[in-house]
Amino acid sequence: MIDLLVLPLIKIVFVLTGVLVTVMYLVLLERKVQAWVQVRLGPMRVGPHGVLQPIADVLKLFIKEDITPVRADKWVYTLAPIIVLVPALIAFAVIPFGPEVSLFGKPVPLYLTDLNIGVLYVVAVASIGIYGIILAGWSSNSKYPLLGGLRSSAQLISYELAVSMTLVAVILASGSLSMVRIVEAQRENGVWFAFVQPLSLFIYFVGGLAETNRAPFDLPEAESELVAGFHTEYSGMRFALFFLAEYANMIVVSAIATTLFFGGWLQPFPNVAALKFLGFVPGWIWFVLKTFVLLYLFLWIRATLPRYRYDQLMRLGWKVLIPLALANILVVAAVKVALTR
Amino acid sequence: MGQAIAFYTLAALILGFAVLVITAKSAVHSILFLVADFLFVAGMYVLLGAQFLAVIQVVVYAGGIMVLYLFVVMLVNLKRPPEAHQDRRRRGRLGLLFSLVVFAELALIAVYKVASPASLVPPSAPMGPNNVEQVGWLLYTDYLIPFEVASMLLLVAMIGAIVLARREA
Amino acid sequence: MTPITPAHYLILSAALFSIGVIGVMLRRNIIVIFMSIELMLNAVNINLVAFSSQVQNAVGQVFAIFVICVAAAEAAVGLGIILAFYRNKETVNIDEMSLMRW
Repeated sequence: MIDLLVLPLIKIVFVLTGVLVTVMYLVLLERKVQAWVQVRLGPMRVGPHGVLQPIADVLKLFIKEDITPVRADKWVYTLAPIIVLVPALIAFAVIPFGPEVSLFGKPVPLYLTDLNIGVLYVVAVASIGIYGIILAGWSSNSKYPLLGGLRSSAQLISYELAVSMTLVAVILASGSLSMVRIVEAQRENGVWFAFVQPLSLFIYFVGGLAETNRAPFDLPEAESELVAGFHTEYSGMRFALFFLAEYANMIVVSAIATTLFFGGWLQPFPNVAALKFLGFVPGWIWFVLKTFVLLYLFLWIRATLPRYRYDQLMRLGWKVLIPLALANILVVAAVKVALTR
Repeated sequence: MGQAIAFYTLAALILGFAVLVITAKSAVHSILFLVADFLFVAGMYVLLGAQFLAVIQVVVYAGGIMVLYLFVVMLVNLKRPPEAHQDRRRRGRLGLLFSLVVFAELALIAVYKVASPASLVPPSAPMGPNNVEQVGWLLYTDYLIPFEVASMLLLVAMIGAIVLARREA
Repeated sequence: MTPITPAHYLILSAALFSIGVIGVMLRRNIIVIFMSIELMLNAVNINLVAFSSQVQNAVGQVFAIFVICVAAAEAAVGLGIILAFYRNKETVNIDEMSLMRW
């Protein structure tokens, strides 16, 4: 009974709290990193060095007036932010934060569940998140959100194909769809998949940038284009949900890249005898560190690269990334067959 | 016991949302109800032990085909509702009667199959954890030719859709 | 409580199929008619998977995957036709799609 109900509930509470707090501070981190790149300081007033800024932001969004546009479809308008946020959060159900540890005498696996179709589950959940954006654009009953919503969702659908194909390459190399099994495969091989298939990592990361509407692919939602795109008409708590969802999606993409390409909870350099002390660091700390390195890469790219125009964006997705991903699958499959002979 | 609760809940939700699909006034609402329906059908597949098919249902059906429907509905958004014209030649109640006849016929077959003593119908049990391997094995050995033909079909459909929906420039 | 036999799934699938048939018969928006056809295809899929579970063989699921493939192809082409027709006649009401009728 405890194993069936209480333990998963505790894990869910932990994961959700962790994700929401991380999202709040990721917003602050983004503003700070962008500021430092641009030789300024970022938020400094609220708390020492602006550390309490997220709390001020949350408070502001809570007390803002809740506006619904005239003649907007009320149910769909309310439902859209929820449809965007929920898939971003439930994707954490299959991400393995660490191996089995023994807590209070019982072996507790540090992941919510180990689905035998874990990787496909993440793809499925991502494809449901697209609806929220289309519906947000449509239900606002206004030109800019509709255009922004259609553009954004078309971008998401296009890059979802390239991302799914790189996941196929990883599945080929590891032989299983289960996330935990993929990490185990990286441990058995002794080398992370990032070094075995660097092209897969590159395509996945670029696709992940596009999937989360992040720079340089943020044309559909940037403030200077299309008047903030599909969430133009949203304010207050609903906008907060969109914001949350975008950063939660970023964390999901980074967490999956960590699991599939960077060994999840495994320590770096397991074969080097001089670095054996790294084995004392618990697995989940490695996971968090690697995820944060990838998140920093997201922020760094936003501060550095200019924005793609929409037609350049679509051309990149369909004419460059998808053929590359297909060629990648061919090469990985050929190498795998050659190695098993 | 848990399986029975899950089955009846999912079945009620599936049929309820299906009725909402065909009776909703706005086409966008119909699409949303159908997407919810597909998600519950995917839940039904998981109950039957077909996890791979459940995820394929969500990715392809709910996440791909229905997005296509949604785009088309937004592109043909009309000022007057499409049901405004009442065609004289329509026999609505006759259509309803025929559908009920179809349902009665199908239900009768199902009940007859159960009631006849020769068929021992065992309870539906899920099939084991390596569902993906089983399906993959079948797809690549016994049913390889239909698999390749299906990919040809999708290619042809893709080209056809692009040609049909293209704006003459 | 009686265990859930494939007969339960058959009746569910029959009900879903007839709801789809009602949708095709009664609605006049052609996109809703297409969606009712998708309902019917799903009913068939539930049937296939229920029998696959009874016989403990994954062939039913393979068949269901092909049904989903064909449904995707049909939806793409069908919606292309609807778009092309809409550009000409500005309507999605099938009662007005009677160019070739008497």
